[in-house]
Amino acid sequence: MTYFPEEVVEHIFDFLSSHRDHNAVSTVCKAWYRVERLSRRSVFVGNCYAVRPERVVARFPGVRSLSVKGKPHFADFNLVPDDWGGFALPWIEAFARGSPGLEELRLKRMVVSDECLELLARFFPNFKVLVLISCEGFSTDGLAAIATHCRVLRELDLQENEVEDRGPRWLSCFPDSCTSLVSLNFACLKGEVNAGALERLVARCPNIRTLRLNCAVSVDSLSKILACAPHLVDLGTGSFTIDHPAEAYHRLINNFTKYKSLKSLSGFWDASPRCLPAVYPICGNLTGLNLSYAPAIQGADLIKLIRLCLKLQRLWVLDCIGDKGLAVVASTCKELQELRVFPSDVCGAGTAAVTEEGLVAISSGCPKLNSLLYFCHQMTNAALVTVAKNCPYFTRFRLCILDPGKPDPVTNQPLDEGFGAIVQSCKDLRRLSLSGLLTDQVFLYIGMYAERLEMLSIAFAGDSDKGMVYVLNGCKNLRKLEIRDSPFGDAALLEDVGKYETMRSLWMSSCYVTLKGCKTLAAKMPRLNVEVINERDESNEMEENPSDLRIVEKMYVYRTVAGPRNDAPDFVWML
Amino acid sequence: MEVTASDLDNLKATELRLGLPGIDAPEKPAPVSPRGSKRALLVSNEECWPGKNKSPEADSGGQEAQPMAKAQVVGWPPIRSYRKNSFKARKEEMEAAGLFVKVSMDGAPYLRKIDLKVYQDYKELKEALDNMFRCFSTGELSGMQGCNGSEYAITYEDKDGDWMLVGDVPWEMFMSSCKRLRIMRRSEATGMPSSP
Repeated sequence: MTYFPEEVVEHIFDFLSSHRDHNAVSTVCKAWYRVERLSRRSVFVGNCYAVRPERVVARFPGVRSLSVKGKPHFADFNLVPDDWGGFALPWIEAFARGSPGLEELRLKRMVVSDECLELLARFFPNFKVLVLISCEGFSTDGLAAIATHCRVLRELDLQENEVEDRGPRWLSCFPDSCTSLVSLNFACLKGEVNAGALERLVARCPNIRTLRLNCAVSVDSLSKILACAPHLVDLGTGSFTIDHPAEAYHRLINNFTKYKSLKSLSGFWDASPRCLPAVYPICGNLTGLNLSYAPAIQGADLIKLIRLCLKLQRLWVLDCIGDKGLAVVASTCKELQELRVFPSDVCGAGTAAVTEEGLVAISSGCPKLNSLLYFCHQMTNAALVTVAKNCPYFTRFRLCILDPGKPDPVTNQPLDEGFGAIVQSCKDLRRLSLSGLLTDQVFLYIGMYAERLEMLSIAFAGDSDKGMVYVLNGCKNLRKLEIRDSPFGDAALLEDVGKYETMRSLWMSSCYVTLKGCKTLAAKMPRLNVEVINERDESNEMEENPSDLRIVEKMYVYRTVAGPRNDAPDFVWML
Repeated sequence: MEVTASDLDNLKATELRLGLPGIDAPEKPAPVSPRGSKRALLVSNEECWPGKNKSPEADSGGQEAQPMAKAQVVGWPPIRSYRKNSFKARKEEMEAAGLFVKVSMDGAPYLRKIDLKVYQDYKELKEALDNMFRCFSTGELSGMQGCNGSEYAITYEDKDGDWMLVGDVPWEMFMSSCKRLRIMRRSEATGMPSSP
């Protein structure tokens, strides 16, 4: 194949879709490396500190689409201090200088400032797609810049970001000439929105297919917007509460009946159940439904809605659906592939909303289920064994028993056997989150059976270092390991230091790892960054010869070719 | 759980200390609050090692203590702050808003509105209604079980639109399903003869 002209090789590489395949072919020989780097259009950087942005720009001059992830996953749960890092600015600056042809940018868990957004708006003339997930640091002023200057913007997708509200004017910044929008998602914005500007924007974008509104958009406005967007595929409703019943409601009903193409529904902020009948006509076509922000939709209303959704593939709900509600899902939604059940009472001290019964019902009714996120009050080994038998196709299995370290309530045993059954049965399992009372035994099972496992989340589990060692030794494809509040120490950490170069990252917090262990790891593996995060105000202690035997509160280890980072705050020690 | 004589002798049982009852581990100093963190640091994670919470039989009141442990663990349950915050805001709104329902009384020329959240139980509600509508009735109001010989019954409209007698279900359940109240003349209530 090296005798083919480069254009042919390049053409063949164009058919490669996955990043991994691209990475693989680039290592075959120098010629392929050269062809691959010039032809690469899309780059995914799983850890923003694994490589310097300048290097990415230099190696892949033709990149059109960039995805970067910043903070470790546990940042989602407030375990990573705010100023830890994950800044988007160096990336945007590097690309503005070296590769301004960039068209698509997707960032997750990064700090994005208004300055970043302004740079994007002004220096990238072909900029088309901006997706920000769980980011922070910007305001609606930054969005205004994007709206104003990005002439060919197709997608503006804001998912669960913390955005400072500086008023509704940003939406009015889309010029009249902007007609290219295909996807607009501002559901996470808290502030008011100019209804008229929104309606006009939607009206002049004939290709709009995804529209997710925030809670400030009234039902009245929703009706008008829907009237202008007949080909919508994905809709996030606004507030969905009705003040003046008759007129707005009938208009809504009329509009919804026209929407044959609508496949996905979300939003329903503060939804009053009275509005639900408006959506009944399209429920039969829905493949995706997200009611997880609608605590007011419960009981009979919820069940009535679910019974109409025969084609549902993806369902996100709150646990007030109850085991009974899940049984209805099981009997109705035979195509279900992904289920997420979130806790409605975040303190976990309320009535038991869903238990193992609901999950067992789902597993027997929905054999195609492959992705699960389930918050519940209790789980039994027997239930997990049944689930494992019914649903062998899980690729993502995340179970969160709200009470940390809770055993099987029927047998008072740890849940080792239950999770063991899951990993044994689900050969394609890529992601697993454990909870409940667990001993080293569960890790033995995971090491033995979870061959495809890429990401493992552990909390309040295990008895000794052996647990962690089983996992490190057994899971050949492990990329991300995150552990909190588990009794693993230096011996486990240092058992196989080479392993961490085959992984993206390791997080350990509130474990038994000491400073000495971290220093040893850092010394042995120069191509790993070992970060110790200390939030306590210990400046005095530090000066007085910190004991290496002290237990480290939080540790983050990741492979990198960029060396130690230069933007770490004081409380992060780069060893 | 019962406290045996030996427990009484054991001063430890009455000792005032931080941490969950029944945990015998030595006191660990709580960490100083974290720098620059928006969230409030609660109890140290080390208090909540599952190993220490095992064998609830040995603890008196260990089981009740468990929910306390849950509420105080940082970053648990693992829910994105975005989602947590949106519920917290909603919850605070609801808590501040009160639960106002209309109260009508047969024969009274106007209705009243009360905030159900102000009352702890049915007794307090009944007293409040008595006070509010005293001027319209000759005797005491009653709608509760076990009360005979009064002219009125207190009823409420629930979520499904049905008219129910007040007092059957637990107070919390009543509060969450009551849409409005109606103080009904017994003679109108089906199957209940009016008492002299």
